[in-house]
Amino acid sequence: MARKVITLAEVRDGSLRNVSFEAIAAAKTIAEGGEVVAVLVGESVQAYANELIYYGADRVVVVENEKLKNYTSDGFSQALMAVIDAEKPEGIVFGHTALGKDLSPKIATKLNSGLISDVINVEEAGGNLVFTRPIYSGKAFEKKITTDERIFVTVRPNNIPALERDESRTGNISNLSVDIKDLRTIVKEIVRKTVEGVDLSEAKVIIAGGRGVKSEEGFEPLKELANVLGGAVGASRGACDAGYCDYSLQIGQTGKVVTPDLYIACGISGAIQHLAGMSNSKVIVAINKDPEANIFKVADYGIVGDLFEVVPLLTEEFKKLKVHS
Amino acid sequence: MNIFVLMKRTFDTEEKIVINNGAVSEDGAEFIINPYDEYAIEEAIQVRDKHGGEITVVTVGNEEAEKELRTALAMGCDKAVLINIEDDVEESDQYTTAKILAEYLKDKNPDLILAGNVAIDGGSGQVGPRVAELLGIPYVTTITKLDIDGSKVTVVRDVEGDEEIIETSLPLLVTAQQGLNEPRYPSLPGIMKAKKKPLEELELDDLDLEEDDVEAKTKTIEIFLPPKKEAGKILQGELVDQVKELVSLLHTEAKVV
Ligand SMILES: Cc1cc2nc3c(=O)[nH]c(=O)nc-3n(C[C@H](O)[C@H](O)[C@H](O)COP(=O)(O)OP(=O)(O)OC[C@H]3O[C@@H](n4cnc5c(N)ncnc54)[C@H](O)[C@@H]3O)c2cc1C
Ligand SMILES: Cc1cc2nc3c(=O)[nH]c(=O)nc-3n(C[C@H](O)[C@H](O)[C@H](O)COP(=O)(O)OP(=O)(O)OC[C@H]3O[C@@H](n4cnc5c(N)ncnc54)[C@H](O)[C@@H]3O)c2cc1C
Repeated sequence: MARKVITLAEVRDGSLRNVSFEAIAAAKTIAEGGEVVAVLVGESVQAYANELIYYGADRVVVVENEKLKNYTSDGFSQALMAVIDAEKPEGIVFGHTALGKDLSPKIATKLNSGLISDVINVEEAGGNLVFTRPIYSGKAFEKKITTDERIFVTVRPNNIPALERDESRTGNISNLSVDIKDLRTIVKEIVRKTVEGVDLSEAKVIIAGGRGVKSEEGFEPLKELANVLGGAVGASRGACDAGYCDYSLQIGQTGKVVTPDLYIACGISGAIQHLAGMSNSKVIVAINKDPEANIFKVADYGIVGDLFEVVPLLTEEFKKLKVHS
Repeated sequence: MNIFVLMKRTFDTEEKIVINNGAVSEDGAEFIINPYDEYAIEEAIQVRDKHGGEITVVTVGNEEAEKELRTALAMGCDKAVLINIEDDVEESDQYTTAKILAEYLKDKNPDLILAGNVAIDGGSGQVGPRVAELLGIPYVTTITKLDIDGSKVTVVRDVEGDEEIIETSLPLLVTAQQGLNEPRYPSLPGIMKAKKKPLEELELDDLDLEEDDVEAKTKTIEIFLPPKKEAGKILQGELVDQVKELVSLLHTEAKVV
């Protein structure tokens, strides 16, 4: 059954987040041949529209308003509801990001609709669209279907591959003017605490440090390795609690949930709460001087040794590899 | 101030998950208050102690949740409400839970509602914002700081590591993020007092709801465990050679770099 599906694109720090493209790919599967319309919301976001077409959107609807400069659930829901009223989509896909998590339940409630959050796979099976999502912090998975007419899902970043970028694709880009009013929450200030560079939740490679890193300076070799691999640096709560790094880097049950292609855990013991945030990574490498450390149980590859010896050697070896390839 | 906390009883984080007949087996499993709801309870207590008022902790679930409700009372909540849906609802989802909670709250005139930002078992993070929307009040999710001055409220919201300083007003629903506070342990006198605090039990009937009104909009068709990982490869030999081997394995076998 062909469906019209809308996706919400997200701009952060002057570029589209990858999950915007992954949402389009998921929407294509859900649309089953129907039209995929990407939606851009913000103060001045028109410039990103073409990129969404290149990644597979058939059309783009842009809602611009100065009151949409910062995300608020009231402002963005008014914009989205106006688009939904105009487009009458049978499917909706958001990213499972801070914004998507905050906004999607509000819109689902306005539409009196179900919502399947944090989806990592979409497939057609037995005449149904089936959505897989992690439960119990990644210790199990469930497959869900919608029993409603409308399908509404949020997709976890880094799990559903984006389509190939194709600059020859074309599509209509239109503007919808929406009156944004009665904002009940006002963003007074945004304090940037995250380090510049690769976004943890979207990183393909993550080098994570734990209490074994021993100090703030101890993170330097990890940063160098991350630089060589174009990855991001993460941390265990142990390292955050000890003040070696900011809590914005924390991975785990109470931190970020990540699923990179490669996760290198350095001086992390592998507590269950840490595994909750990273155990679904594609390949896990553990570097720990304790051969009994729990992290080796989830690791694909392990090196028993001092991270301060191993990490710089790894950096050198990867540099050689980059030169040769 | 009229304060409500939405609390979910969840599997203990440390529990191993076992699947039996297509469902997660609860045999012998330990249950706890969802860790994020502990932050919500602690914050509620601090707000009440500063501004006065009363805290009601509410859960949708079955009789077994009485234990966690008593714990919340022992921490310092004043009243508890169990909305027992065991006999009435066969399949539920976040739509169901939110609808029931909102129906209960709609004539209670809440000033402040606190929830967790996510339940560590179901993991959707939907229930808080859904309840706020059904009640027609604003919400702020993943907060790490809450200041109330009259009806003016300033919150700090964690946005993937960055912070937003947000101004809003009561009535309000917030969801708690790690870092909001350090939840207290119930004290012995607290536990004694909790036994005498009111714990009300309601069913759908008492809320004028029929099963159809709360029928789930999504359905779980299968639950499965991640494929068992084969034992990882612990490299051997000189460190330098191990590192070389690792890079080569990541490049040629795992193909991730
Ligand atoms: C409710 C709750 C929520 C939590 N949420 C999280 C969360 O989100 N994320 C999280 O990570 N934790 C979380 N925790 C904490 C978790 O239980 C662990 O305490 C924490 O993950 C431990 O951090 P660590 O592995 O860095 O430290 P440790 O357990 O102290 O491990 C340090 C490791 O470093 C190794 N080491 C030391 N020196 C070296 C060296 N020179 N070279 C190589 N290896 C070395 C040691 O052998 C050891 O294995 C939570 C806990 C609770 C109760
Ligand atoms: C009898 C029964 C049958 C169920 N059947 C199914 C089923 O078939 N399929 C399925 O997917 N799930 C089922 N569930 C689980 C239930 O529907 C969800 O767990 C629930 O909707 C909460 O969703 P969540 O875990 O994603 O919570 P989240 O939305 O992540 O929770 C966020 C916050 O909302 C609040 N909250 C969440 N749940 C409750 C609650 N119950 N009471 C009070 N506050 C709460 C808490 O503050 C929590 O921190 C069933 C539950 C019961 C009791």
